[in-house]
Amino acid sequence: MAFDFVPILIQALVAIIIAVGVIVIAHLIGSRNPTPAKLAPYECGMSPVGQAWRRFPIKFFLTAMLFVLFDIEVIFFVPWAAVLRHLRAGGSEYVLFALGEMAVFVGFLALGYVYILKKRALEWEA
Amino acid sequence: MNGIFGLDGRTWDIILAIITASIKAFVIVNGLLLAFAYMTLSERKVLGRMQARYGPNRAGPWGILQPIADGIKLAFKEDVTPRQANRWIHLLAPCLALVPALIIFAVIPLGPEMEVFGVPWTWHVARVNVAYLYAAAIASVGVYGIVLAGWASNSKYALLGGLRASAQVISYELAQGLAAMTAIVMAGSLDLYEIVNQQVASGLPYALYLPFGLVAFVVYVIAGVAEANRAPFDLAEAEGELGAGFHTEYSGFKWSMFFMAEYVNMINISALASVLFLGGWWPIPTDAPGVVQALGPVVFLVKIALFMFMFIWLRATLPRLRFDRLMSLGWKVLLPVALVNLIGTATVVALWPLGTWPFAN
Repeated sequence: MAFDFVPILIQALVAIIIAVGVIVIAHLIGSRNPTPAKLAPYECGMSPVGQAWRRFPIKFFLTAMLFVLFDIEVIFFVPWAAVLRHLRAGGSEYVLFALGEMAVFVGFLALGYVYILKKRALEWEA
Repeated sequence: MNGIFGLDGRTWDIILAIITASIKAFVIVNGLLLAFAYMTLSERKVLGRMQARYGPNRAGPWGILQPIADGIKLAFKEDVTPRQANRWIHLLAPCLALVPALIIFAVIPLGPEMEVFGVPWTWHVARVNVAYLYAAAIASVGVYGIVLAGWASNSKYALLGGLRASAQVISYELAQGLAAMTAIVMAGSLDLYEIVNQQVASGLPYALYLPFGLVAFVVYVIAGVAEANRAPFDLAEAEGELGAGFHTEYSGFKWSMFFMAEYVNMINISALASVLFLGGWWPIPTDAPGVVQALGPVVFLVKIALFMFMFIWLRATLPRLRFDRLMSLGWKVLLPVALVNLIGTATVVALWPLGTWPFAN
Protein backbone atom coordinates (compact mmCIF):
# COMPACT_ATOMS: atom_id res chain seq x y z
CA MET A 1 0.00 0.00 0.00
CA ALA A 2 2.75 2.44 0.95
CA PHE A 3 4.56 1.39 -2.20
CA ASP A 4 1.76 3.03 -4.22
CA PHE A 5 3.16 6.40 -3.18
CA VAL A 6 6.72 5.77 -4.35
CA PRO A 7 6.01 6.92 -7.95
CA ILE A 8 4.63 10.19 -6.53
CA LEU A 9 7.86 10.70 -4.61
CA ILE A 10 9.78 10.07 -7.84
CA GLN A 11 7.69 12.66 -9.65
CA ALA A 12 8.25 15.11 -6.77
CA LEU A 13 11.97 14.51 -7.14
CA VAL A 14 11.82 15.18 -10.89
CA ALA A 15 9.80 18.37 -10.30
CA ILE A 16 12.24 19.62 -7.63
CA ILE A 17 15.23 18.90 -9.86
CA ILE A 18 13.63 20.87 -12.69
CA ALA A 19 12.68 23.80 -10.44
CA VAL A 20 16.13 24.03 -8.89
CA GLY A 21 17.89 23.39 -12.21
CA VAL A 22 16.00 26.17 -13.93
CA ILE A 23 16.96 28.65 -11.20
CA VAL A 24 20.61 27.58 -11.26
CA ILE A 25 20.85 27.75 -15.07
CA ALA A 26 19.17 31.16 -15.18
CA HIS A 27 21.53 32.34 -12.44
CA LEU A 28 24.56 31.17 -14.43
CA ILE A 29 23.66 32.59 -17.84
CA GLY A 30 21.58 35.61 -16.82
CA SER A 31 23.15 39.05 -16.86
CA ARG A 32 23.84 40.83 -13.57
CA ASN A 33 24.04 44.57 -13.34
CA PRO A 34 22.44 45.78 -10.11
CA THR A 35 21.92 49.50 -9.52
CA PRO A 36 20.40 51.11 -6.41
CA ALA A 37 17.30 52.13 -8.32
CA LYS A 38 16.84 48.64 -9.74
CA LEU A 39 17.07 47.06 -6.29
CA ALA A 40 14.47 49.37 -4.79
CA PRO A 41 10.89 48.06 -4.46
CA TYR A 42 8.59 49.07 -7.30
CA GLU A 43 6.44 52.03 -6.39
CA CYS A 44 5.51 53.48 -9.77
CA GLY A 45 8.71 55.49 -10.03
CA MET A 46 8.30 57.33 -6.72
CA SER A 47 10.93 56.93 -4.00
CA PRO A 48 9.70 54.10 -1.78
CA VAL A 49 8.16 55.18 1.52
CA GLY A 50 8.99 52.88 4.44
CA GLN A 51 8.66 49.13 4.50
CA ALA A 52 5.78 47.03 3.25
CA TRP A 53 5.86 44.85 6.38
CA ARG A 54 3.32 46.67 8.49
CA ARG A 55 -0.30 46.33 9.54
CA PHE A 56 -2.78 45.09 6.97
CA PRO A 57 -6.60 44.96 7.03
CA ILE A 58 -7.98 42.52 9.60
CA LYS A 59 -10.47 41.28 6.98
CA PHE A 60 -7.83 39.06 5.41
CA PHE A 61 -6.99 37.51 8.76
CA LEU A 62 -10.67 36.94 9.51
CA THR A 63 -11.15 35.25 6.15
CA ALA A 64 -8.20 32.97 6.85
CA MET A 65 -9.64 31.97 10.26
CA LEU A 66 -13.10 31.28 8.83
CA PHE A 67 -11.43 29.23 6.09
CA VAL A 68 -9.64 27.05 8.61
CA LEU A 69 -12.89 26.38 10.48
CA PHE A 70 -14.92 25.57 7.38
CA ASP A 71 -12.16 23.64 5.67
CA ILE A 72 -11.87 21.29 8.64
CA GLU A 73 -15.61 20.70 8.38
CA VAL A 74 -15.25 20.00 4.66
CA ILE A 75 -12.49 17.50 5.45
CA PHE A 76 -14.92 15.67 7.77
CA PHE A 77 -17.10 15.05 4.74
CA VAL A 78 -14.38 13.09 2.93
CA PRO A 79 -14.52 9.71 4.73
CA TRP A 80 -18.29 9.94 4.96
CA ALA A 81 -18.61 10.64 1.23
CA ALA A 82 -16.31 7.77 0.33
CA VAL A 83 -18.22 5.13 2.36
CA LEU A 84 -21.83 6.29 2.06
CA ARG A 85 -22.62 4.13 -0.98
CA HIS A 86 -20.97 1.06 0.50
CA LEU A 87 -22.96 1.29 3.74
CA ARG A 88 -26.03 0.13 1.82
CA ALA A 89 -24.59 -3.37 1.62
CA GLY A 90 -25.13 -3.73 5.38
CA GLY A 91 -28.82 -2.78 5.22
CA SER A 92 -30.82 0.40 4.85
CA GLU A 93 -30.63 1.28 8.57
CA TYR A 94 -26.87 1.90 8.31
CA VAL A 95 -27.13 4.28 5.41
CA LEU A 96 -30.05 6.12 6.99
CA PHE A 97 -28.05 6.44 10.21
CA ALA A 98 -25.10 7.90 8.24
CA LEU A 99 -27.43 10.31 6.48
CA GLY A 100 -29.00 11.39 9.77
CA GLU A 101 -25.64 11.89 11.46
CA MET A 102 -24.52 14.05 8.55
CA ALA A 103 -27.76 16.04 8.73
CA VAL A 104 -26.96 16.85 12.37
CA PHE A 105 -23.41 17.82 11.41
CA VAL A 106 -24.59 20.02 8.54
CA GLY A 107 -27.13 21.55 10.92
CA PHE A 108 -24.33 22.74 13.20
CA LEU A 109 -22.37 23.89 10.16
CA ALA A 110 -25.36 25.89 8.91
CA LEU A 111 -25.81 27.39 12.39
CA GLY A 112 -22.21 28.61 12.37
CA TYR A 113 -22.65 29.91 8.85
CA VAL A 114 -25.78 31.88 9.77
CA TYR A 115 -23.91 33.24 12.81
CA ILE A 116 -21.03 34.63 10.73
CA LEU A 117 -23.56 36.03 8.26
CA LYS A 118 -25.42 37.80 11.07
CA LYS A 119 -22.15 39.05 12.54
CA ARG A 120 -21.46 40.49 9.09
CA ALA A 121 -18.07 38.77 9.06
CA LEU A 122 -18.44 38.21 5.32
CA GLU A 123 -19.24 41.86 4.52
CA TRP A 124 -16.10 43.29 2.99
CA GLU A 125 -17.18 46.92 3.45
CA ALA A 126 -18.39 46.65 7.05
CA MET B 1 11.46 -12.51 -15.31
CA ASN B 2 13.70 -14.54 -13.05
CA GLY B 3 17.28 -14.73 -12.03
CA ILE B 4 18.66 -11.82 -14.08
CA PHE B 5 21.86 -10.41 -12.51
CA GLY B 6 21.30 -12.86 -9.65
CA LEU B 7 18.23 -10.92 -8.43
CA ASP B 8 15.06 -12.81 -7.57
CA GLY B 9 11.79 -12.07 -9.39
CA ARG B 10 10.31 -9.78 -6.75
CA THR B 11 13.34 -7.48 -6.45
CA TRP B 12 13.44 -7.32 -10.24
CA ASP B 13 9.75 -6.35 -10.36
CA ILE B 14 10.35 -3.52 -7.89
CA ILE B 15 13.33 -2.22 -9.85
CA LEU B 16 11.31 -2.40 -13.07
CA ALA B 17 8.40 -0.54 -11.43
CA ILE B 18 10.74 2.22 -10.23
CA ILE B 19 12.30 2.60 -13.66
CA THR B 20 8.87 2.74 -15.32
CA ALA B 21 7.66 5.31 -12.78
CA SER B 22 10.78 7.45 -13.31
CA ILE B 23 10.31 7.50 -17.07
CA LYS B 24 6.61 8.27 -16.74
CA ALA B 25 7.25 11.04 -14.20
CA PHE B 26 9.90 12.56 -16.46
CA VAL B 27 7.58 12.44 -19.48
CA ILE B 28 4.62 13.87 -17.54
CA VAL B 29 6.59 16.76 -15.99
CA ASN B 30 8.21 17.70 -19.29
CA GLY B 31 4.92 17.21 -21.12
CA LEU B 32 3.28 19.63 -18.70
CA LEU B 33 6.01 22.20 -19.29
CA LEU B 34 5.73 21.75 -23.07
CA ALA B 35 1.97 22.11 -22.80
CA PHE B 36 2.56 25.29 -20.78
CA ALA B 37 4.85 26.70 -23.47
CA TYR B 38 2.36 26.07 -26.26
CA MET B 39 -0.53 27.16 -24.07
CA THR B 40 1.02 30.63 -23.87
CA LEU B 41 1.27 30.70 -27.68
CA SER B 42 -2.26 29.47 -28.26
CA GLU B 43 -3.60 31.87 -25.64
CA ARG B 44 -2.00 34.81 -27.45
CA LYS B 45 -3.21 33.48 -30.80
CA VAL B 46 -6.79 32.90 -29.64
CA LEU B 47 -6.95 36.21 -27.74
CA GLY B 48 -5.59 37.90 -30.86
CA ARG B 49 -8.23 36.36 -33.07
CA MET B 50 -10.96 37.28 -30.59
CA GLN B 51 -9.73 40.88 -30.73
CA ALA B 52 -9.55 40.85 -34.57
CA ARG B 53 -5.75 40.72 -34.85
CA TYR B 54 -3.25 37.99 -35.66
CA GLY B 55 -1.27 37.37 -32.48
CA PRO B 56 2.37 36.23 -32.70
CA ASN B 57 3.22 35.14 -36.26
CA ARG B 58 6.86 36.12 -36.81
CA ALA B 59 8.96 33.41 -35.10
CA GLY B 60 8.64 30.39 -37.40
CA PRO B 61 5.57 29.41 -39.41
CA TRP B 62 2.39 30.56 -37.59
CA GLY B 63 4.65 31.70 -34.74
CA ILE B 64 5.27 28.15 -33.49
CA LEU B 65 8.80 29.01 -32.37
CA GLN B 66 7.55 31.92 -30.23
CA PRO B 67 7.58 29.99 -26.87
CA ILE B 68 11.20 28.91 -27.50
CA ALA B 69 12.20 32.49 -28.27
CA ASP B 70 10.43 33.67 -25.11
CA GLY B 71 12.18 31.00 -23.05
CA ILE B 72 15.63 31.93 -24.31
CA LYS B 73 14.93 35.61 -23.74
CA LEU B 74 13.79 34.95 -20.16
CA ALA B 75 16.85 32.81 -19.39
CA PHE B 76 19.16 35.69 -20.29
CA LYS B 77 17.20 38.25 -18.27
CA GLU B 78 18.62 39.65 -15.08
CA ASP B 79 17.33 38.01 -11.91
CA VAL B 80 16.68 40.94 -9.57
CA THR B 81 16.15 40.41 -5.85
CA PRO B 82 15.14 43.73 -4.26
CA ARG B 83 17.44 45.05 -1.55
CA GLN B 84 14.78 45.06 1.19
CA ALA B 85 13.43 41.62 0.32
CA ASN B 86 13.89 38.47 2.38
CA ARG B 87 16.37 36.82 0.02
CA TRP B 88 15.77 33.14 0.84
CA ILE B 89 12.00 33.23 0.97
CA HIS B 90 12.06 35.29 -2.21
CA LEU B 91 13.93 32.36 -3.77
CA LEU B 92 11.79 29.66 -2.14
CA ALA B 93 8.40 31.10 -3.19
CA PRO B 94 8.54 30.32 -6.94
CA CYS B 95 9.69 26.77 -6.19
CA LEU B 96 6.79 26.36 -3.74
CA ALA B 97 4.41 27.51 -6.45
CA LEU B 98 5.81 25.35 -9.26
CA VAL B 99 6.64 22.01 -7.60
CA PRO B 100 3.13 21.26 -6.23
CA ALA B 101 1.64 22.19 -9.62
CA LEU B 102 3.92 19.69 -11.33
CA ILE B 103 3.26 16.74 -9.03
CA ILE B 104 -0.55 16.75 -8.91
CA PHE B 105 -0.72 15.19 -12.35
CA ALA B 106 0.92 12.01 -11.00
CA VAL B 107 -2.46 10.67 -9.86
CA ILE B 108 -4.52 11.67 -12.90
CA PRO B 109 -5.54 8.50 -14.80
CA LEU B 110 -5.20 9.45 -18.47
CA GLY B 111 -6.59 6.20 -19.82
CA PRO B 112 -7.80 2.72 -18.89
CA GLU B 113 -5.38 0.13 -17.51
CA MET B 114 -4.55 -2.16 -20.44
CA GLU B 115 -2.25 -4.87 -21.67
CA VAL B 116 0.22 -4.28 -24.50
CA PHE B 117 1.39 -7.65 -25.87
CA GLY B 118 0.64 -9.28 -22.54
CA VAL B 119 2.49 -6.66 -20.47
CA PRO B 120 0.27 -4.58 -18.16
CA TRP B 121 0.41 -0.87 -18.95
CA THR B 122 -1.15 2.05 -17.08
CA TRP B 123 -1.64 5.64 -18.18
CA HIS B 124 -1.00 7.13 -14.74
CA VAL B 125 2.19 7.50 -12.72
CA ALA B 126 0.59 6.34 -9.48
CA ARG B 127 -2.75 4.87 -8.49
CA VAL B 128 -3.43 5.58 -4.83
CA ASN B 129 -6.67 4.98 -2.97
CA VAL B 130 -6.83 8.58 -1.66
CA ALA B 131 -5.99 10.21 -5.00
CA TYR B 132 -8.53 13.04 -4.78
CA LEU B 133 -7.44 13.92 -1.25
CA TYR B 134 -3.83 13.95 -2.42
CA ALA B 135 -4.62 16.26 -5.34
CA ALA B 136 -6.62 18.65 -3.16
CA ALA B 137 -3.96 18.71 -0.44
CA ILE B 138 -1.08 19.36 -2.84
CA ALA B 139 -3.11 21.99 -4.69
CA SER B 140 -3.51 23.95 -1.46
CA VAL B 141 0.24 23.90 -0.85
CA GLY B 142 0.53 26.08 -3.96
CA VAL B 143 -1.04 29.02 -2.13
CA TYR B 144 2.05 29.24 0.10
CA GLY B 145 4.08 30.18 -2.96
CA ILE B 146 1.80 33.14 -3.61
CA VAL B 147 1.60 34.28 0.02
CA LEU B 148 5.35 34.02 0.56
CA ALA B 149 6.13 35.73 -2.75
CA GLY B 150 3.90 38.64 -1.76
CA TRP B 151 5.37 38.89 1.71
CA ALA B 152 9.04 38.28 0.93
CA SER B 153 9.20 40.97 -1.77
CA ASN B 154 8.67 43.70 0.83
CA SER B 155 6.82 45.78 -1.72
CA LYS B 156 3.37 47.22 -1.13
CA TYR B 157 1.91 46.04 -4.42
CA ALA B 158 3.30 42.55 -3.94
CA LEU B 159 1.98 42.34 -0.37
CA LEU B 160 -1.51 43.48 -1.33
CA GLY B 161 -1.55 41.13 -4.32
CA GLY B 162 -0.42 38.21 -2.16
CA LEU B 163 -3.07 38.94 0.48
CA ARG B 164 -5.80 39.20 -2.12
CA ALA B 165 -4.70 36.04 -3.87
CA SER B 166 -4.55 34.01 -0.68
CA ALA B 167 -7.94 35.24 0.56
CA GLN B 168 -9.44 34.40 -2.84
CA VAL B 169 -7.84 30.98 -3.24
CA ILE B 170 -8.75 29.77 0.25
CA SER B 171 -12.33 31.06 -0.08
CA TYR B 172 -12.96 29.22 -3.32
CA GLU B 173 -11.28 26.07 -2.06
CA LEU B 174 -14.30 25.44 0.19
CA ALA B 175 -16.82 25.49 -2.65
CA GLN B 176 -14.48 23.47 -4.85
CA GLY B 177 -14.00 20.80 -2.19
CA LEU B 178 -17.75 20.48 -1.59
CA ALA B 179 -18.47 20.27 -5.32
CA ALA B 180 -15.86 17.54 -5.75
CA MET B 181 -17.42 15.71 -2.79
CA THR B 182 -20.60 15.37 -4.83
CA ALA B 183 -18.76 13.24 -7.38
CA ILE B 184 -17.13 11.26 -4.58
CA VAL B 185 -20.48 10.49 -2.95
CA MET B 186 -21.79 9.25 -6.30
CA ALA B 187 -18.72 7.12 -6.98
CA GLY B 188 -18.19 5.97 -3.38
CA SER B 189 -14.44 6.22 -3.77
CA LEU B 190 -11.56 8.69 -3.54
CA ASP B 191 -9.57 6.78 -6.16
CA LEU B 192 -9.72 8.88 -9.34
CA TYR B 193 -9.42 5.76 -11.52
CA GLU B 194 -12.39 4.22 -9.75
CA ILE B 195 -14.38 7.47 -10.11
CA VAL B 196 -13.85 7.44 -13.89
CA ASN B 197 -14.60 3.73 -14.00
CA GLN B 198 -17.97 4.23 -12.29
CA GLN B 199 -18.95 6.89 -14.83
CA VAL B 200 -17.84 4.78 -17.79
CA ALA B 201 -19.65 1.75 -16.37
CA SER B 202 -22.91 3.67 -15.91
CA GLY B 203 -22.49 5.18 -19.37
CA LEU B 204 -23.05 8.76 -18.18
CA PRO B 205 -20.52 11.31 -16.89
CA TYR B 206 -21.49 12.85 -13.54
CA ALA B 207 -22.02 16.28 -15.13
CA LEU B 208 -25.10 14.79 -16.83
CA TYR B 209 -26.65 13.45 -13.60
CA LEU B 210 -29.33 16.10 -13.46
CA PRO B 211 -29.70 18.27 -11.52
CA PHE B 212 -27.08 17.63 -8.82
CA GLY B 213 -24.17 16.58 -11.01
CA LEU B 214 -24.54 19.54 -13.32
CA VAL B 215 -24.76 22.04 -10.46
CA ALA B 216 -21.66 20.54 -8.84
CA PHE B 217 -19.84 20.66 -12.17
CA VAL B 218 -20.65 24.34 -12.71
CA VAL B 219 -19.64 25.23 -9.13
CA TYR B 220 -16.43 23.23 -9.53
CA VAL B 221 -15.46 24.98 -12.76
CA ILE B 222 -16.21 28.49 -11.44
CA ALA B 223 -14.23 27.78 -8.28
CA GLY B 224 -11.48 26.26 -10.42
CA VAL B 225 -11.15 29.44 -12.49
CA ALA B 226 -10.88 31.40 -9.24
CA GLU B 227 -8.33 28.91 -7.83
CA ALA B 228 -6.14 29.39 -10.88
CA ASN B 229 -6.29 33.18 -10.43
CA ARG B 230 -7.57 33.54 -13.97
CA ALA B 231 -9.80 36.22 -15.46
CA PRO B 232 -12.45 37.24 -14.44
CA PHE B 233 -11.06 36.35 -10.98
CA ASP B 234 -7.49 37.63 -11.55
CA LEU B 235 -7.73 40.19 -8.75
CA ALA B 236 -4.31 39.17 -7.49
CA GLU B 237 -2.64 40.73 -10.49
CA ALA B 238 -5.12 43.46 -11.36
CA GLU B 239 -2.59 45.45 -13.36
CA GLY B 240 -4.58 48.69 -13.21
CA GLU B 241 -4.34 48.86 -9.42
CA LEU B 242 -1.58 46.56 -8.19
CA GLY B 243 1.24 46.59 -10.73
CA ALA B 244 1.61 42.85 -11.26
CA GLY B 245 0.39 41.75 -7.83
CA PHE B 246 2.39 39.16 -5.92
CA HIS B 247 5.07 38.81 -8.61
CA THR B 248 5.73 42.55 -9.04
CA GLU B 249 9.28 42.15 -7.71
CA TYR B 250 10.15 39.05 -9.72
CA SER B 251 12.04 38.98 -12.99
CA GLY B 252 13.70 36.50 -15.32
CA PHE B 253 13.18 32.81 -14.74
CA LYS B 254 11.86 33.18 -11.20
CA TRP B 255 9.01 35.22 -12.65
CA SER B 256 8.41 32.67 -15.37
CA MET B 257 8.13 29.94 -12.71
CA PHE B 258 5.01 31.67 -11.38
CA PHE B 259 3.78 31.84 -14.93
CA MET B 260 4.45 28.11 -15.39
CA ALA B 261 2.73 27.32 -12.10
CA GLU B 262 -0.37 29.26 -13.15
CA TYR B 263 -0.70 27.46 -16.48
CA VAL B 264 0.13 24.01 -15.11
CA ASN B 265 -2.48 24.62 -12.40
CA MET B 266 -5.00 25.38 -15.13
CA ILE B 267 -4.14 22.04 -16.73
CA ASN B 268 -4.49 20.27 -13.36
CA ILE B 269 -7.87 21.85 -12.68
CA SER B 270 -9.06 20.92 -16.18
CA ALA B 271 -7.84 17.35 -15.72
CA LEU B 272 -9.52 17.00 -12.31
CA ALA B 273 -12.77 18.47 -13.63
CA SER B 274 -12.63 15.99 -16.54
CA VAL B 275 -12.02 13.09 -14.17
CA LEU B 276 -14.65 14.05 -11.62
CA PHE B 277 -17.46 15.26 -13.86
CA LEU B 278 -16.79 14.47 -17.53
CA GLY B 279 -15.83 10.84 -17.03
CA GLY B 280 -12.16 10.93 -18.04
CA TRP B 281 -11.94 8.63 -21.06
CA TRP B 282 -15.71 8.24 -21.31
CA PRO B 283 -17.21 7.17 -23.81
CA ILE B 284 -14.35 4.69 -24.43
CA PRO B 285 -15.26 1.54 -22.45
CA THR B 286 -12.65 0.56 -19.86
CA ASP B 287 -12.59 -3.08 -20.97
CA ALA B 288 -12.60 -2.41 -24.73
CA PRO B 289 -10.08 -4.17 -27.02
CA GLY B 290 -6.55 -2.73 -26.85
CA VAL B 291 -6.70 -0.50 -29.92
CA VAL B 292 -9.90 1.18 -28.75
CA GLN B 293 -8.53 1.53 -25.20
CA ALA B 294 -5.57 3.43 -26.58
CA LEU B 295 -8.04 6.13 -27.69
CA GLY B 296 -8.82 6.80 -24.01
CA PRO B 297 -5.94 9.24 -23.45
CA VAL B 298 -6.82 11.01 -26.71
CA VAL B 299 -10.39 11.61 -25.55
CA PHE B 300 -9.08 12.77 -22.18
CA LEU B 301 -6.63 15.24 -23.72
CA VAL B 302 -9.38 16.63 -25.98
CA LYS B 303 -11.47 17.31 -22.86
CA ILE B 304 -8.54 19.09 -21.20
CA ALA B 305 -7.98 21.14 -24.35
CA LEU B 306 -11.63 22.21 -24.36
CA PHE B 307 -11.28 23.40 -20.77
CA MET B 308 -8.14 25.34 -21.67
CA PHE B 309 -9.99 27.00 -24.53
CA MET B 310 -12.73 27.93 -22.08
CA PHE B 311 -10.17 29.57 -19.79
CA ILE B 312 -8.96 31.74 -22.71
CA TRP B 313 -12.48 32.46 -23.86
CA LEU B 314 -13.48 33.65 -20.36
CA ARG B 315 -10.46 35.93 -20.27
CA ALA B 316 -11.41 37.47 -23.61
CA THR B 317 -15.05 37.92 -22.67
CA LEU B 318 -15.57 38.83 -19.03
CA PRO B 319 -14.51 41.98 -17.16
CA ARG B 320 -12.74 41.58 -13.82
CA LEU B 321 -14.86 41.37 -10.67
CA ARG B 322 -14.64 43.82 -7.77
CA PHE B 323 -12.94 42.31 -4.72
CA ASP B 324 -15.92 42.45 -2.33
CA ARG B 325 -18.15 40.87 -4.99
CA LEU B 326 -15.56 38.16 -5.58
CA MET B 327 -15.56 37.28 -1.89
CA SER B 328 -19.33 37.32 -1.57
CA LEU B 329 -19.70 35.14 -4.67
CA GLY B 330 -17.46 32.54 -3.06
CA TRP B 331 -18.87 32.63 0.46
CA LYS B 332 -22.53 33.54 -0.06
CA VAL B 333 -23.37 31.86 -3.36
CA LEU B 334 -21.04 29.01 -4.26
CA LEU B 335 -20.52 27.64 -0.72
CA PRO B 336 -24.22 27.30 0.23
CA VAL B 337 -25.13 26.02 -3.25
CA ALA B 338 -22.40 23.38 -3.12
CA LEU B 339 -23.42 22.32 0.41
CA VAL B 340 -27.14 21.98 -0.39
CA ASN B 341 -26.22 20.19 -3.59
CA LEU B 342 -24.04 17.71 -1.69
CA ILE B 343 -26.82 16.93 0.79
CA GLY B 344 -29.26 16.42 -2.07
CA THR B 345 -26.87 14.06 -3.85
CA ALA B 346 -26.24 12.10 -0.66
CA THR B 347 -29.97 11.68 -0.09
CA VAL B 348 -30.51 10.42 -3.64
CA VAL B 349 -27.54 8.02 -3.43
CA ALA B 350 -28.70 6.70 -0.06
CA LEU B 351 -32.35 6.17 -1.06
CA TRP B 352 -31.92 5.06 -4.69
CA PRO B 353 -33.52 1.63 -5.20
CA LEU B 354 -30.79 -1.02 -5.06
CA GLY B 355 -29.86 -2.85 -8.24
CA THR B 356 -31.19 -0.16 -10.59
CA TRP B 357 -29.33 2.20 -12.88
CA PRO B 358 -27.29 4.34 -12.34
CA PHE B 359 -26.33 3.57 -8.72
CA ALA B 360 -26.35 -0.19 -9.16
CA ASN B 361 -24.40 -2.63 -6.91
